[in-house]
Amino acid sequence: MKHAWRIKAAAVALAAVGGLAMAADALAQAKEIFVPVLVYRTGPYAPNGVPWADGFVDYLKLVNERDGGINGVKIAYEECETGYATDRGVECYERLKSKKPVAFSPLSTGITYALTEKAPGDHIVLITAGYGRADSVDGSVFRWNFPMMGTYWDGADILVQHVKKKGNLKGKKIALVYHDSPYGKEPIPVLEALSKKEGFKLMLLPVTHPGVEQKATWLQIRQQRPDYVFLWGWGVMNSTAIKEAIAVAYPRLQMYGVWWSGAEPDVVPAEQAAKGYNALALAHSAENDRPIHAEMMKFLYDKGKGTASDKKEVGQVLYNRGMLSAILTVESIRTAMKKYGNKVMTGDQVRWGAEHLNIDANRIKQLGVAGMMVPFHTSCSDHGGAHSARIHTWDGEHWSYTSDMYTADYKLLRPMVEASALKYAKEKGITPVDCSKEK
Amino acid sequence: MIYRETGQFKTSYASDQQLFPILQDRVVVIGFLVFAFAVVPFVASEYLFRAILTPFLILSLAALGLNILVGYCGQLSLGTGGFMAVGAYAAYNLALRLPDLNLIVVFILAGLCATVVGAIFGVPSLRIKGFYLAVTTLAAQFFLDWLFARVGWFTNYSSSGSVAAPPLEIFGYPIQGPVHKYLFVLAIVCVLALLAKNLTRGAIGRSWMATRDMDVAAEVIGIRPLHAKLTAFAVSSFYVGLAGALWAFVYLEAWEPLAFDVNRSFELLFMVIIGGLGSILGSFLGAAFIVILPIALNQLPTKLGIPLSTASISEIELMVFGALIVFFLIAEPRGLARLWAIGKEKLRLWPFPH
Repeated sequence: MKHAWRIKAAAVALAAVGGLAMAADALAQAKEIFVPVLVYRTGPYAPNGVPWADGFVDYLKLVNERDGGINGVKIAYEECETGYATDRGVECYERLKSKKPVAFSPLSTGITYALTEKAPGDHIVLITAGYGRADSVDGSVFRWNFPMMGTYWDGADILVQHVKKKGNLKGKKIALVYHDSPYGKEPIPVLEALSKKEGFKLMLLPVTHPGVEQKATWLQIRQQRPDYVFLWGWGVMNSTAIKEAIAVAYPRLQMYGVWWSGAEPDVVPAEQAAKGYNALALAHSAENDRPIHAEMMKFLYDKGKGTASDKKEVGQVLYNRGMLSAILTVESIRTAMKKYGNKVMTGDQVRWGAEHLNIDANRIKQLGVAGMMVPFHTSCSDHGGAHSARIHTWDGEHWSYTSDMYTADYKLLRPMVEASALKYAKEKGITPVDCSKEK
Repeated sequence: MIYRETGQFKTSYASDQQLFPILQDRVVVIGFLVFAFAVVPFVASEYLFRAILTPFLILSLAALGLNILVGYCGQLSLGTGGFMAVGAYAAYNLALRLPDLNLIVVFILAGLCATVVGAIFGVPSLRIKGFYLAVTTLAAQFFLDWLFARVGWFTNYSSSGSVAAPPLEIFGYPIQGPVHKYLFVLAIVCVLALLAKNLTRGAIGRSWMATRDMDVAAEVIGIRPLHAKLTAFAVSSFYVGLAGALWAFVYLEAWEPLAFDVNRSFELLFMVIIGGLGSILGSFLGAAFIVILPIALNQLPTKLGIPLSTASISEIELMVFGALIVFFLIAEPRGLARLWAIGKEKLRLWPFPH
């Protein structure tokens, strides 16, 4: 009996300590520019989240080590684990907000949607490189969102352009196997519009989070035999989908992933059987021989300061994408500094920088990422800037490009972007700014 | 000594039946409310408001609703996430389609929508019990998940399935800053908690508890199971639906059906079980345990200056959190509220236990 009381007393004491431990402090470092890093290094999306996070953090480290910061202003950063969950992402955002961050890159379309509501009030830029809301390209409504490098609507259009090259799509069947979340649903309106225009039949096959259970989906594909399967997955869903495709003997050559379904963690588990699988690659793939990778080795990994546990990760597809996201963040800050001086920037100043980003071929070369980005510039009416991607194919060991660069057809997409942005503005009571008057 | 009620004479029925018959309890509760309403808004940081207190209060409200159903009426439900979604999407559609409607009215109507849905899904409880009922409510969860993900009308045909709440405004007064939101949620939670406390003390609450303890006996003494069970489902769903609307409008501001998936249902059930079945206080303690503890554990290593990678912190968070759940349930299976009651008993005798 006495023993039981002791346990109960311990429980009470523990509860009390837990209550007291909740003390919050916020120390903003005034001399450093703070870049928050929302990551997921655990959970079903970790295989893909880890290389992205390593690439992002490594670039920030590199700028500090190599250049002593951005124009002499050091970067401070802090990771926060979201686990790809929206509510946890919001908590991370609030936690890191007290340190006066200038730009968030949440790496989750769901979290991007939630932060889109909060960032304007807090004057924080959202740089969503290769994900996020497609309609946030319209900067007159989405003042703080920057879906640079390419949106899912671009991706959907480019994939259709690519398969159209192989023959008329009239009467063909295309299946979209998608993650049942804002991320996976994002391309649907464009694919629907294109199916009307090109005359193909669209099959929508949702896969519920986290995506390890896809038997029913692939049985349907075996039954219906679509001519092409577009895969819009993330994390373990991708490798599972490729394995299931093998199980129902669906030809990998007819499978096309979006750029988040085309990296090493997706194909390596299926080994040789994934051979022939295609995916979009934005403008970059698994390049690991550019000057930036040599510098990563020289300044970080040779000194034991690298973030990745294995240096083979440097130059993988998602590592490169994380690195490019960090580059875009840093370049936005740098552009803002050109106007406002070399000091710690505010969110408003970085927003100006992100809106006036001009990355030409020369700058891409200087950054050491030649051939991994297309030259682009952003503006108030186009917060995306770049809308190009190409296809890369897995040969069992490496990714290699198998198409030229495509550019999304904005004759089709622009009216959709504007209509969608306007609908959002109406729902939220936002008055779009006049882009012709913005400087 | 601290909790001694010697000398507190009840001289009228009113004083005997009041909410907190012991003076010390009254002082603590009133003190706590004054603290929450008048002190916290001035001292807490924005992070505390936005990321800790607001979600804690909203999920407490949902746990309170579930506790009415599971703890007081004994009807096991796994559809809580779905009922929260009903509240959230009802509020969204009401606010969207009737933009002139007052926000309070929107929230109440959203709660009533959840009430109707909850009562409909409560009908099977008249024939089946226990785990079997859990399965039918799970079906409700999946059905509602499907409904909001697939039927475009509910999301105003949003391309991504994600919807955004309109700006909050009551009588022309915008609820924008963290403090306003906190006070708004706090006021709603206080009113509803008071209501729940009184409901459970009254005739309806007693009929729920009788049904929970032994439904045959309850029927024999004249309690209609149809009435008792369906009111429990209705009241519970009202609370849960309102919490869902608040979760969507005040905390997330933009959400997708995934925010109310089956994990949310489990999370709320854990809150109720860990906090204490059949206890108003338990709902709050359970919500605090499930909402605040993981976040605190996640920040503890950094605060203590222990250098750990983000991944290991998350793994440790999950391990310690799991271990603590097991520990608290072994220490007191009837939940944190029971621990508090034991603590009170101890304080009554302290410092001379016999």
